[in-house]
Amino acid sequence: MALDDVYTEVLGEHSRNPDHKHKLSCATCQMKGKNPSCGDEITIELQVEGGIVKDAAFTGIGCAISQASTDIMAELIRGKSVEDARRLANKFISMIKGELVDEDELEELDEALALKNVAHMPARVKCAVLAWHTLDDALKDQK
Amino acid sequence: MADAQEFLKDFPLLNHKINGRKVAYLDNGATTQKPEQMIQAICGYYGGCNANPHRGAYALSIKATDIYEGARKRTAEFIKAKRPQEIIFTKNATEALNLVAYSYGLHNVHAGDEIVISISEHHSNCVPWQMVAKAKGATLKYIYLEKDGNLSAEDIETKITERTKIVAVTQVSNVLGLKNDVKAIVKKAHSVGAICVVDGSQSVAHMAVDVSDLDCDFFAFSGHKMLSPMGIGVLYGKYALLDAMEPFLRGGDMIEYVEEQDSTWAEVPAKFEAGTQNVGGAAGLVAAIDYLEKIGFDRIEAIEADLLNYALPKLRELPFIELYGCDSTQDNKTGIIAFNVKDVHPHDVASILDNDGVAVRAGHHCAQPLHRYLGQNATCRASFYLYNTREDIDRWIESLKKVRGVLGYGA
Repeated sequence: MALDDVYTEVLGEHSRNPDHKHKLSCATCQMKGKNPSCGDEITIELQVEGGIVKDAAFTGIGCAISQASTDIMAELIRGKSVEDARRLANKFISMIKGELVDEDELEELDEALALKNVAHMPARVKCAVLAWHTLDDALKDQK
Repeated sequence: MADAQEFLKDFPLLNHKINGRKVAYLDNGATTQKPEQMIQAICGYYGGCNANPHRGAYALSIKATDIYEGARKRTAEFIKAKRPQEIIFTKNATEALNLVAYSYGLHNVHAGDEIVISISEHHSNCVPWQMVAKAKGATLKYIYLEKDGNLSAEDIETKITERTKIVAVTQVSNVLGLKNDVKAIVKKAHSVGAICVVDGSQSVAHMAVDVSDLDCDFFAFSGHKMLSPMGIGVLYGKYALLDAMEPFLRGGDMIEYVEEQDSTWAEVPAKFEAGTQNVGGAAGLVAAIDYLEKIGFDRIEAIEADLLNYALPKLRELPFIELYGCDSTQDNKTGIIAFNVKDVHPHDVASILDNDGVAVRAGHHCAQPLHRYLGQNATCRASFYLYNTREDIDRWIESLKKVRGVLGYGA
């Protein structure tokens, strides 16, 4: 597999200049996620009102794959219902694990599709899925 | 200069092509590759000599016992221990250090005492001492670093005091690659009545070690970082200390008499080797020692120094590379280089190098306190061994030049 199949322009753009890497003053919940073996540590902040994720942001440190994945996720889930956000998280995780490959099924992941080749890089899978697992944890108790 | 090609042919894995090319293996600090001679020794043991040692009265068991006890003698000679009984076989250095923490530390450290370690320790020479300090109400103190990464001479002088019971230091830092003057630290520890535990994981495969000259009380290392299989490690301990210590693990082969409620222990070293041991691993360790001694540590040090002196100026030419522990004011740098590429996380660097068949480590290298102290979340690490060549270094440097571009940064 070629390197630029993973380190795509989309990934580079989101890791160098993330739109959603900041504190969220109106956050209603936050959740920390980490990969101790890598040193990736992120905090996801969400503003959830009436069952809708109104806003999402993150802070923390990590590799380009984990940072880009987190930024793309924040963009994707803004305005989505809690239920939809969790469904997308699980869909993304299935894609990275290589369990879900149907392009029609994956289409709604939008920019996050740019990370799909991480599925072929076993050492980096956990970098890509960190944010999405953290999101799922954060939304478990949200209605 | 010493030509490592001569040794390269002995290492089957390094001659395999992975994705169409041979690997430039620069992660020797994590584990070394294995020479054919060592692999054959393990095959020879399991193919011709395998039985449970110390138990049977039949010829095979006696042969296995001879191999196992012969390995103990050979290992004692290798690190210049005074007697074979001072060699305890373990699973690895981590288990060896835990043995000291549990069997010596918990019985000899008391409330108000102090344990002194360095901030550059691998977790295996840090976390067990945290356990002892917490269990006994003792204090764990740290020797911090000079600007050049060497242990602070002032801290060694002032933190090892009459209250210190144990000093535990590594002979070579697994991140900064700097060799510590452990002989002087042992002397300081003894001057206040403390014992000194030395982690030899990053030294014993790279330089001649003489535990009698160092006068250390314990010395731990892993076989797999010195050409041997995974699963065999060594704890050297002074006989009088070992003799006075409680066992670590309990069970078969480490006892004298077992009554319903009580037991008595076998002599050292059997007291510390409960259950069936890794005899095949010990046979492999002997073959590795033979291999290393045939080459000689003068030659091994010369090869690693050549690679280091070849690599450092090339790295310094790259403005986007940050180096750690490469400006020692002492002549004590070994073939371990920790580095970062500006703006790029070490894991991305390692993945990009991997794509060019260059294997380096990325992360905290089991040294989180050191990384926190250096203000780095993580680093990359290249570490050399006797089979590495200048070509490996060239491939590493050429691949490094691509890294920032792959992530969309300018040079």
